[in-house]
Amino acid sequence: MREISEKEIIEVVKTMCIDANRQLPKDVTLAIDRAYQCEDSDLGKETLGILKENASLAYETLTPICQDTGMVCAFVEIGQDVHVQGSLEGAINEGVRLGYQEGYLRKSVVNDPLFDRKNTTDNTPAIITYDIVEGDQLKIIIAPKGFGSENMCQTKMLKPSDGVQGVKDFVLKVVEDAGPNPCPPIVIGVGIGGSFDRVALLSKKAMLREIGTHHEDERYAALEDELLTMVNDLGIGPAGYGGKTTALSLNIETYPTHIAGMPVAVSICCHVARHKEVIL
Amino acid sequence: MIKLTLPLSHDAIVNLEAGDQVLLSGTIYTARDAAHKRLIGLLNEGKELPFDLVDQIIYYVGPTPNKPGEIFGSGGPTTSGRMDAYAPTLLDLGLKGMIGKGLRQQSVIDSIQKNEALYFGAIGGAGAYIKSCITSCEIIAFEDLGPEAIRKLEVKDFPLTVVIDSKGNDLYKLGKEKYLRGRTNG
Repeated sequence: MREISEKEIIEVVKTMCIDANRQLPKDVTLAIDRAYQCEDSDLGKETLGILKENASLAYETLTPICQDTGMVCAFVEIGQDVHVQGSLEGAINEGVRLGYQEGYLRKSVVNDPLFDRKNTTDNTPAIITYDIVEGDQLKIIIAPKGFGSENMCQTKMLKPSDGVQGVKDFVLKVVEDAGPNPCPPIVIGVGIGGSFDRVALLSKKAMLREIGTHHEDERYAALEDELLTMVNDLGIGPAGYGGKTTALSLNIETYPTHIAGMPVAVSICCHVARHKEVIL
Repeated sequence: MIKLTLPLSHDAIVNLEAGDQVLLSGTIYTARDAAHKRLIGLLNEGKELPFDLVDQIIYYVGPTPNKPGEIFGSGGPTTSGRMDAYAPTLLDLGLKGMIGKGLRQQSVIDSIQKNEALYFGAIGGAGAYIKSCITSCEIIAFEDLGPEAIRKLEVKDFPLTVVIDSKGNDLYKLGKEKYLRGRTNG
């Protein structure tokens, strides 16, 4: 049994919260660069140019890329041979609290969703998803998620008979409904299969998968490419002002499902697709 | 790029068209969800607002805390649609412009047209870039709301695009149509 201390977890979570909000991941930066080269709408190109400059300024001046520094989504993979001294959940939330304070990040979490809506003032709690895996390592992904784009995500329980066309229609509907609201160009994650709750998680994991990677099943890989082309043919464009670049990427994640169902979920992230990962 | 200095004259407002790119300089006020709710609450109680709305512009933003020695934090626009329920009331009282991002419902578009006002789009997610356009910031109301407090900002060459003009034209609709038309023809 390998021991990992609370202190070590607090430190890495704190650093990841701060860095994720100031440094755009490399795959996203490259995707915006490519889009800038290809965009043929003037307003669209101008917008992408500002986004490139914004990312550089954020990095150089240690300023958050976006003012919505998000609610922290933490994805934790715990090796079954790891033992955390103290509270894992407590350590993650303490890391978030320190990171949002020391990094001058915006505290955007309210204690109660309906009645009180009182700011918790330290951006906790994080939304933590645990997976138990083999081995003696602890992997933590910190993905601060803004709600301009989160509000545009949707889930639908399709019928098996809806088939591939049903999936395409739903994905395009979600992107079209979202229009300019989630700050395009967007990063799209599509989940297919599992159950009502699992499919949303699949879509979020798809959204976090590296841009340019494909589903291991070549049929889904081809569908990823086809759907991305269809989304970019909608013409929404950067900032929604019209153009070629509506999405930078579209990834699909799948899971077996029930004979009676075909759940589909579409997660949308703005171009500030932040995430940091550490393996302890 | 059209340089605009606030307050905007009636002529300047009616001459701007959806899709025009502008650099805005002058005084604007920030307000988002909670501040709007309070402004409307004050109006309903017949009380005075913390600033005079006439001919002013509201920027929908909740900035990050500024670091020591800095004027402002990261401050890009938030989604405007959440302020749709409040916007027509403020426009009827003389508000001349809103800065945000994202779709507005028809009642807001109609009110913009009726009151000859403007809706500007700022680039969503460009918080660090927009920070560099802000030359002063003072909290003037609802300080307890933190990022949602009302701030009086001085801006210099704030890059914006006219999204809804005083005739009710909507760039989100027109821009997409124009782009798709160009592709079909090209």
